[in-house]
Amino acid sequence: MSNLTDLKLAEIRDGVAGGTFSATEVATAFNAAVAEAQGALNAFIVTTPDVALKAAARVDADRAAGKALGKLAGVPIGMKDLFATKGVQTTAASHILEGFTPEYESTVSQKLWDAGAGMLGKLNLDQFAMGSSNETSAFGRVINPWRRKAADGSEDTAPLAPGGSSGGSSAAIAAHLCPAATGTDTGGSIRQPAAFTGISGIKPTYGRCSRWGIVAFASSLDQAGPMAHTVRDCAIMLEAMAGFDPKDATSLDLPVPAWEAGLSADLRGKKVGIPREYRLDGLNAEVAKSWDEGVAWLKDAGAEVVEISLPHTKYALPTYYIIAPAEASSNLARYDGVRYGLRDLPQGAGLQDMYAATRAAGFGSEVKRRILMGTYVLSAGFYDAYYTQAQKVRTLISRDFAAAFATCDIILAPTAPSSAFALGEKSDDPLEMYLNDVFSVPASLAGLPAMSVPSGLDSSGLPLGLQLIGKPFDEQGVLNAGLAIEARANFTARPGKWW
Amino acid sequence: MSVDTATVAKIASLARIKLTEAEIAGMVPELNGILAWVEQLGEVDVTGVEPMTAVIPNVLRLRADVVNAIPETSGGVRDAVLANAPAAEHGFFGVPKVIE
Repeated sequence: MSNLTDLKLAEIRDGVAGGTFSATEVATAFNAAVAEAQGALNAFIVTTPDVALKAAARVDADRAAGKALGKLAGVPIGMKDLFATKGVQTTAASHILEGFTPEYESTVSQKLWDAGAGMLGKLNLDQFAMGSSNETSAFGRVINPWRRKAADGSEDTAPLAPGGSSGGSSAAIAAHLCPAATGTDTGGSIRQPAAFTGISGIKPTYGRCSRWGIVAFASSLDQAGPMAHTVRDCAIMLEAMAGFDPKDATSLDLPVPAWEAGLSADLRGKKVGIPREYRLDGLNAEVAKSWDEGVAWLKDAGAEVVEISLPHTKYALPTYYIIAPAEASSNLARYDGVRYGLRDLPQGAGLQDMYAATRAAGFGSEVKRRILMGTYVLSAGFYDAYYTQAQKVRTLISRDFAAAFATCDIILAPTAPSSAFALGEKSDDPLEMYLNDVFSVPASLAGLPAMSVPSGLDSSGLPLGLQLIGKPFDEQGVLNAGLAIEARANFTARPGKWW
Repeated sequence: MSVDTATVAKIASLARIKLTEAEIAGMVPELNGILAWVEQLGEVDVTGVEPMTAVIPNVLRLRADVVNAIPETSGGVRDAVLANAPAAEHGFFGVPKVIE
């Protein structure tokens, strides 16, 4: 039998159901892989091998008793440490929540456990999901398992960013420490790390997955989604994660479609839009080439390709960097040293001093920067000029997409402007880091389903991703176009095991 | 628009984040860089455009008018609420003295 950690989510599900191997054998194999890689990759903040084994034992017992198995029975997964997990530390990768042990379970994680999945551990991320490289974590940076190849074919050992904010998730899947993981996406935090590590990930329509129990960053943008090796695996896992939840006021009260059963790479009759504004001046030539290949693949799958225009594209990033910090400054007001998490009480300090000292000690510098930015744009005298203006531009960005979808069914674009960059390469200049989200942020602002699938390797041997953006509620269209690309890209490369 | 050290100190105070003078000095150019960049939104013609309130059309629901309609968000769980408090005392959140 091949190594169990080489298997993909669907293969594990089918193998457990068919009795080829037990859920306990699978969990044991992944637990070992996690333990072996932890020192080198730092993908997890805490590992929970016993939790994974317990879930697996339950699945094995259910199978032995002839009970019906869930959609994810026997599949061990990684849980981004932004989801509250009862009895297991949940930190959002911030010192301010170190030691916080939730008394309740997030809706999405509960649904995954109910479907028979087990938890290998809590995955590292950018602090409060604010970042594109995983360097803002208070628990150390995550290392991308991929390494650059020099022109002579030798391996460059400089550590690369796994993307962010779901960088622990992307690194762990790419390194085969887990077959799938949860991610969350506020401005690209599922798609960009997926692209940087050669895996797939989908952010569904805003409201598909409940936000209840997910540490809030920017509530009008935050959306959970699955990350895995294949489009099929994403479809399976998204089915288990999605669904109406009365505990989230923005949860969509819609049935969950059978996305896996609906998968089809036949795109005849579909129109694929290519947004002309995404062809930026100075676009990386290899990214442009991969995009052209994607166009050819979708044509080969039967789709008609049309040029579309999204005129307000250039304003999406500045709009995002007003709205997201504004919402964050409000959401993060809850960390006060009173109810949970860190408290820093200097000698003789009063309540206000305690708040300020606690937040100074607990938040990392990027989090502080965004809180200050958000506080400024919401403050009296500046609110209309910044925040209201940004919300109006957001309306225009959303209308751009609505107009484009009158002439096409799906949009194809690059996921990120480059392959994985080196750790430290962009961390000195916040603006340069923000620009990495240029292709992913517009769909977030419009609440649209969007996914990244691997398209190939660039000349330095690093993965590139292609992004598919769909109409509201049309995850199936996104998954199907992703499947058509996956079938033609034949992406089978994986990082050599150096850890 | 741009910020100076006094403005950053004011925002930090509003946000209840204690910053050293060196941190404030470092934050001024960073925030000004970001503000100068977002300034370009001012050139967009938004005449007659409503600010976005809900990205996906949805209805605001009312929950059932009964006690403990949703068990997970209902009352009667004082100990669970206090379980992670840095200083829970006598069934309450403990804070430094507020009234002299």
